[in-house]
Parts: sequence; C-alpha cells; structure tokens
Amino acid sequence: MLSLFSGIFKVQQPTERGFGWADVIVLAIVISLIYAGVRLAIDTPDQIAGPTISLAPEALPYYAIRSVGRMAAAYALSLIFALVYGRVAAYHHRAEQILMPLLDVLQSVPILSFLPVVLLSLSAVLPQAAAAELASIVLIFTSQAWNLVFVWYQSLTTIPNELNEASTTFRFGTWLRFRTLELPFAAIGLLWNSMMSWAGGWFFLMAAEIFTVGEKDFRLPGLGAYLQEAANQQDYRAIAWGVATLLLVIILLDQLVWRPLLAWADRFKLEMVESDNPPTSWFYNLLQSTRITTWLGQRVYRPISEALDMALGRFGQPATNPEATVRQRRPWPAYLLALALGLAVVYGLEQAGELLAQVPASQWMEIALGVATTLARVLIALGIALAWTIPVGVLIGTKPRAAAVLQPIVQIAASVPATALFPVLLLFLLQQPGGLNIAAVMLMLMGTQWYLLFNIIAGATAIPQDLKFTTTLLGLHRLERWRTLILPALFPYIITGAITASGGAWNASIVAEHFHFGGETHHVTGIGALIAAATASGDFPLLLAATLSMILVVVLINRLFWRRLYRRAEEQFRME
Amino acid sequence: MKNAHLLELRGVTQKYGRGERRFTAVEKVNLTIDEGEFVALLGPSGCGKSTLLRIITGLNQPTEGLVIYRGQPLTGVNPHATIVFQTFALFPWLTVQQNVEVALKARGMPAQLRTVRAIELLDLVGLDGFETAFPRELSGGMRQKVGFARAMAVEPELLCLDEAFSALDVLSAESLRGELLELWTSGSIPTKAILMVTHNIEEAVLMADRVVVMDKQPGRVIADQKITLPHPRQRKSPQFLELLDRVYAQLAGQTQPEYIELGSAPGEAGRTRALPDVSVSELAGLLEFLDEMPGNRTDVYRLEQELNLGTDPVLALTEAAELLGFATIAKGDIALTPLGETFAEASILARKEILATRIRRLPMFRWLLAMLDAADKGQLDRDVVRLALELEFSPEEAARQVDLAIQWGRYAELLAYDDNTETIFREPAEVAAG
Repeated sequence: MLSLFSGIFKVQQPTERGFGWADVIVLAIVISLIYAGVRLAIDTPDQIAGPTISLAPEALPYYAIRSVGRMAAAYALSLIFALVYGRVAAYHHRAEQILMPLLDVLQSVPILSFLPVVLLSLSAVLPQAAAAELASIVLIFTSQAWNLVFVWYQSLTTIPNELNEASTTFRFGTWLRFRTLELPFAAIGLLWNSMMSWAGGWFFLMAAEIFTVGEKDFRLPGLGAYLQEAANQQDYRAIAWGVATLLLVIILLDQLVWRPLLAWADRFKLEMVESDNPPTSWFYNLLQSTRITTWLGQRVYRPISEALDMALGRFGQPATNPEATVRQRRPWPAYLLALALGLAVVYGLEQAGELLAQVPASQWMEIALGVATTLARVLIALGIALAWTIPVGVLIGTKPRAAAVLQPIVQIAASVPATALFPVLLLFLLQQPGGLNIAAVMLMLMGTQWYLLFNIIAGATAIPQDLKFTTTLLGLHRLERWRTLILPALFPYIITGAITASGGAWNASIVAEHFHFGGETHHVTGIGALIAAATASGDFPLLLAATLSMILVVVLINRLFWRRLYRRAEEQFRME
Repeated sequence: MKNAHLLELRGVTQKYGRGERRFTAVEKVNLTIDEGEFVALLGPSGCGKSTLLRIITGLNQPTEGLVIYRGQPLTGVNPHATIVFQTFALFPWLTVQQNVEVALKARGMPAQLRTVRAIELLDLVGLDGFETAFPRELSGGMRQKVGFARAMAVEPELLCLDEAFSALDVLSAESLRGELLELWTSGSIPTKAILMVTHNIEEAVLMADRVVVMDKQPGRVIADQKITLPHPRQRKSPQFLELLDRVYAQLAGQTQPEYIELGSAPGEAGRTRALPDVSVSELAGLLEFLDEMPGNRTDVYRLEQELNLGTDPVLALTEAAELLGFATIAKGDIALTPLGETFAEASILARKEILATRIRRLPMFRWLLAMLDAADKGQLDRDVVRLALELEFSPEEAARQVDLAIQWGRYAELLAYDDNTETIFREPAEVAAG
C-alpha cells in the first residue's frame, strides 16, 4: 500500500512557467467574485441568534450525524463539480487555458476568509438556518474540491493512448467511455484524494460550525460546535466525550467506507502484474461473502447498469479523435456570454477597487506587517514539520517492520482535525507565557505536517533497492548516505509536500491567530488575525484588502519560489 | 462506374504543426485494398505507417486527400474496421469476457446475445476456461488472443493489425501468426481483408499477399510487392529467401552519389538528412562484425539474425554506416569500405579521429559547428538548436536529432555538453585549434 502513495503524490503539481496573461484574467475573476460576495454580505441584519448547543453526551450521536451529513453533502458536491470541471478542462483546449490557472489560484485562496462572505451573502437571500448550513457545505466544498479536480484532470489527460484509440475504434459513446475507461482509470487516484479531501473537510467543518460574525451567531449543531462549547465552559468530561466521538466516527468511516473501497478499487490498477500485497479490508471480505451483496449485485446493480448502458449508450458517438472535434467554430451566443462575463468582471473589479480605496494607509501597513509575521510563523511551522517528518517518514518508508507499527497510528492521527483539538490545546497553552504564539504555530503545524509526512513516506518507498545496496557496499557513513542518496531522492517529494503544507498553513492562520475562547477574544499579530478581526467586526473593506493580499502573497510565493524549486527537483532528482 | 476496391486512399497527406514548423508525416499516398487481400504495410519507424493505419480506420482525419471505403468517402471512425493493437489495449479492470463484450455493448447488442457471442469467440481463439480471468493473469500471447477475439467480435470487414505481434515473445508470436493465418485462409471469419502494419520484414513476407513498402522523410510508398507463395510458407525455402532479399533491397536502398546521400544543411533548400538513431558503439559493433565476414560483406537481411536485432535497428545501423562512408549498400548486400575496415580495426583514439573527420562532412554538423563558432562564448542552448531543427523535422524527431548530434559529437570530441544547463559547447581543444 505504501507504494501507492508514490503514484498518488507525484501527480499534484502542474509545472507551468511564471505569471502569464491567463493568471491576470483569473485574478480579476477571483477579485470580482469576492467583491460580489462582500456586496451581498453588507446587507445582512445586525443581530442573529444561534442555536443552543447541549453538552449532554446523549446529544452526541445526533451531532455526529449532522456533521457527517454536512461532510457527505459537500463531498458529493465536490465530486460532481470535479467530474464536470476536470472533463471540460481536459477535453476543450481553449477552456483548459483559463480553467487550470483558475484552479491553481482558487487553491491558494484562504478558504476561511471566504466563509463570512459566503455566509453573509447567503443569509441575505435565504433563511438564516438554511444559509448557515449551505455556507458550511460550500466552505467544506472549497476544501475538498480542488485536489479532486486535479487528479481527475490528470487522469483524463494521461489515459494511455491505445486505450483511447480502442474506445474510439470500438465506437464507445460518451457514457460507455466514462464508465469503462475514464472512471476506472481515475478510480484509485480519486479514491486516495477523496480520503485526503475528507481529512481536509473535517478541519474546516469544525471551523464552519462555530462561526460568529460580531453579533451574528451562525453556529450549527454538530461535533465542532459541541467541542467548542465544551472547551468554552472548560467541561473536561464533555471534551473527552466529544473527542472520543469524533475519533470513533473517523475510525468507523475508515473501516466501513474507505478501506473497503480501497480493497475493491485494487482491480483498477493499470499495471499488468499482480501486486504483492493488495489493500485488504475485513469489512469488504465480509460483504463479499454475504448473500445479500450477491443478490443486490445480480438483481439490482446489474439490471440498472444494463438499462443505463442501453439508454445512454447511443449518445455522443465519437466522430474522430476527441481533440479534432473541438476545432469547430464557436456560435455567437458563446461570444455574447463571454462578453457579458467580461463586463461583469470589469464592473466587479471597479467596485472592488472603490472598496479598497476606503482602506486607510495605516491599515495597509498593518496588512504588510501581518503578512510578514504570518510568513515567519508559516516558516517556523514548516521547519518544525520538516525536522520530525523527514526522519520518521524515512523510517516508515524504508523499514517495513517500523511501518507496520507506525503506519496505522499515523493514519489515525492524521485524520483527526487539528481544529477539533485546538480548543483542548488552548486550555493548557493559554497559561504559558507566549502561549498564544505557540498555539498559533501549533495549529498550523497540526494541520499541515501530514502532507509532508505522507509525501516523504512516498519518496522513501520509491528509493530503488539497488541504490540502497550500493551505498551499503560502498561503506558510506550515515551522514554520507543521507547526503548522497536519501536527501536527493526525497527532494522532489519534500517540495511537493511543502507546497501543500505551506498553503495549508497560510489558510490555518485565520483560525490560529484569532479566536474566541472562554468568552474572551485572543489574538496575535498576523494577516490571519487581521482577516478574522475584520470578519468579526464586519469591516468589509479591510476584509477584502487583507484577503486579496494573502491570495497575492501565496500565489506569488508559489509561482516564484515553490514552482521553480519543484521544476528543478523534477529535472534533477527524479528517479524513474 | 462501380468502385471495385474495398478501400482506396487518394493523395492522402498528413501534416502536423503549423506555419514554419509544419512537418509532413505522410505525403501523397495512393493505396488500394481489395476484398480477399492480406496486405502488409512495411517500413522503418517514423515512416508514417501507423499514421496511415489511423487514417484508414478514421481515428485521424488526413490533412489532404480522400479515404474511400466501398465507394463512399469516409468521415469519422470507420464502422467496418477494427484494430488489434501492439500493446493489446485491453481494459485491465474488465475480465476477458467483459473485454470482448464491451465492444458489442458499444454497438447496442442486448446482454444475452453478447454473452453467447463473446463465449463463442473466446472458444474460437482457444481461450475457453479463461472467461472470468483478468488480463493481468494472462501471458502476453493470451492477452493478444483476447485482443483478436474482441476485434473479431464486431465482425469487421477490414481487420487492421498495428504491430500486433511485436510485443510478444518469439514463440507466442509465431503460434498466434499461424492461428490467424488458419482462420483467415479457411474463411471461418467474416473478415474481407486484413491490413497489417509491421516493421518486421520476415513477418510481412510470411503472412501477406502483398507487401507495401514505405520510406520516411516524408512517409511515402516506395514499392508494392505481390507475394504469391502458397501457404504455409517455408522460411528456409530459396523462393522465400529471395523475396526477403528483394524486400530488404527495397528498404535499405542503394548507396547514392555523395551529394544526394548527405542532403543539405538545416535551413538550406533541399531536404536535411536525419541522423540515423544509433549509438556510436552499436555502429562500431556492426563494422567489427562485417570486418570478420568473408569478403567484408553480407546480405542485409541476415544481419537481423546474426546481430540478434530487429528490422528497425538493423536498417538504422546500415543507414548510418552508409551515411558516414563506412559501408556501401547495393542489391540488398552491405559491404565494408576501406575506411570502414580501418575504423573497425582502429584503437579508440584513432576511431574518434576518423569519426570526427567523417561527421564534419555531414551538413547537419557543418551547420551546427558553424552556429557554435558564431555563438557567444562558443556555446548554444540545446533548445535553440532543437527549435532550429524543428523547421526540418517533427518536434520529437528534432529533439532526437539534437540528442544524436550531441552523442556523436561527444564521441568524436567535437562537442561538449553540460546536462545541467543544457548547453552545447565546442570542445575546448577545438576552440584553441580553430
């Protein structure tokens, strides 16, 4: 199973050049979208009462179901979005030129600062409870969708040519092609990324459930709200119950959903060789041996899929190569639509500019200072993460015996959302001097170190055995061995992990640098704190300015620093 | 007038890229295939034979020209043709039977009929008992049988084989060839014609009724040879060997006068001769082998067995030897020149010198060295050279040509190359001397 990681993690980074015109367009679109949200948000009522959260353990199953329901809804939305978006990007060359850079920027957008905008603009048009539910789903969606789109797009564009040609010569329609070629080919990648998406989703679910903007209380009944309430009241018993329930839910999902799916999806591997140790799942084996499953398969699944195949099989007969068919002339409504969209973007930009003009110079200074301090925190968190994940990752990746012990622990630990444990952590850290700063860095660390660890495990597993033998035969010392073999081999994986991790850390700064606890508001200097504070006080010009600054800085750092390093790593240190 | 041909290509040309970088893969190909014919399309790699197959099946649209099937111009995928792929192109997540059935499903055949038909075909190719196996559980030969069963399931009139035997081990390939011939000659499949793309001359002569020979740069048909030997054909029979020799002679060509042989420099009028895709040490191996043959000569077709190489590498090697003046080729024979003999017997240092003097004569190298001398600090970016070569070659070929030039130039110590910065230099000694 470890070897699977290598397949999953190396697909992530598109290696384009620096800034292009597409990026400019994309940024313009993003800015005007955010502006539209802010515009709506300004019109919400000043006071909104939230639900009361019961700390009784009996309420926990209900809260758990609500939380999981939100996650599932958001995930379904993400999957549908990914399938459509990725397919359009993969098959329409012109759309691809906008869609892929757009995706790249959307990925760098601090999701949490989107929440107030989404929430308030939704509550301007919907009843409050529905708006809060929908906002939390949208927020979780934004944390789940992007990597799904990437992996789906990557799969579609890397389908082996001969399978594509076979599907075309045997005249598969769009549906049959999707069902027999595209989906199976992408299945494993989609599955692993779905698991990552769920882990990321928990993180944001916790934040989304405990949301307040000034006097407006948007809390939602759920596990996150329960934990927050418990920590606020310093009710240790309730905290223990809450954390235990959360752990139980995560473990149940892992054992009853993800493991069986992984075991089942093993058949979709492209390799033409039997794998040594395919993923196994007791639950999957159990399901396979029951009569009900067989019955369902034969009486329900088979007829339905047959009917679908027959009904949908007629559509979209391939004319010739997929790429050749796109070169038709665009009809004029498409131009009209593009024009309308362009005008809307220009209007949004102009209005956003006006809003930004209201931000005084002193606040711009604060933003600059905030970016600098948050950058420092991100770097510290990244440094700490590297310091422990490299040795542990190499240990797990190279020593099967250590892996057998550590792997399950790491997987459970990684799936516990940092935001859930954060209130608990605060209970202890708030007493310490400089505790706020430590807490902020800790939260960033807890949320992001796992990306690094999993990438490093993947890299360490991929080190060729013969090179390891060679270093042993040459009698290289430990230090020499790390310098000549292990670190160079890990380099591309470390970079990939660090890109994701630092993006996550920036994002986490919004919850890490500013929080309510025990009825008080605590904050440290930082761009995340600025965004959170602007949200809390309803200062929308500042919110817009701070959010855009953060996006710009993150995108710039990605393009100018990480991408270059990544390309270098790809060219020089990739072992194939 | 009724068109008697099953398939006809009229002036088919395929170009890739745009503007200055336009590159011709196939040029003005005319070809007919009649009912009852087994045609082999033979040629070195890069001659566009696979492109032609994709045009014939409608996977690609030609840039110019017409594909006429049963008197009708073809638009879109040809519903009467299927392909058996070199790499099998089976869906790894479907069982053997599902792989065959899915082709029928695409034609809207109901489930019961599909199953019956699939099992029938799997029996026909001798895979009964393997219906529920996954492709990864099968050997290469058995996988290709599934490929054949799937192709025949849709009862194609025109069965196309795209190097269908070349990914198999020798024994499986041989037995599968025999089985296909038996199905074909006994008429137990409804197929009207077979088109086989291959680079294996022996396979073409063994199986086909007609061998159409193509050459590259640009891809075009250079010969059309009827084979009337009855099946089963004997590989060792004199008639067979004679045919083999004749086809080899067509493919390997004759050594031309030098000005034609060398071609022109990139950017100049006329065609730039591409460097054959061989390494210098392989070339040295060939020359040493010839040096040990009686009379320093042999039949080109024998090289394949003697050197244990495929047709493609053998042709590339003979072409390189010819281009550098180490050997001459006439009537299917290759003979070492005195220079080639000297090279074969020389020490490594002497070899480097001989190679250096020889490749300096090649217009491509003259051009490259002149560019380097004119360049700042006598160094050039690999990409600059590659882009310049894209005026003459397709992008992949241009990339390969740069790498070959670097490799040959390094051996001859005319060039140096830094892989980190991707720059090409004049060898320092050369700069001082020149």
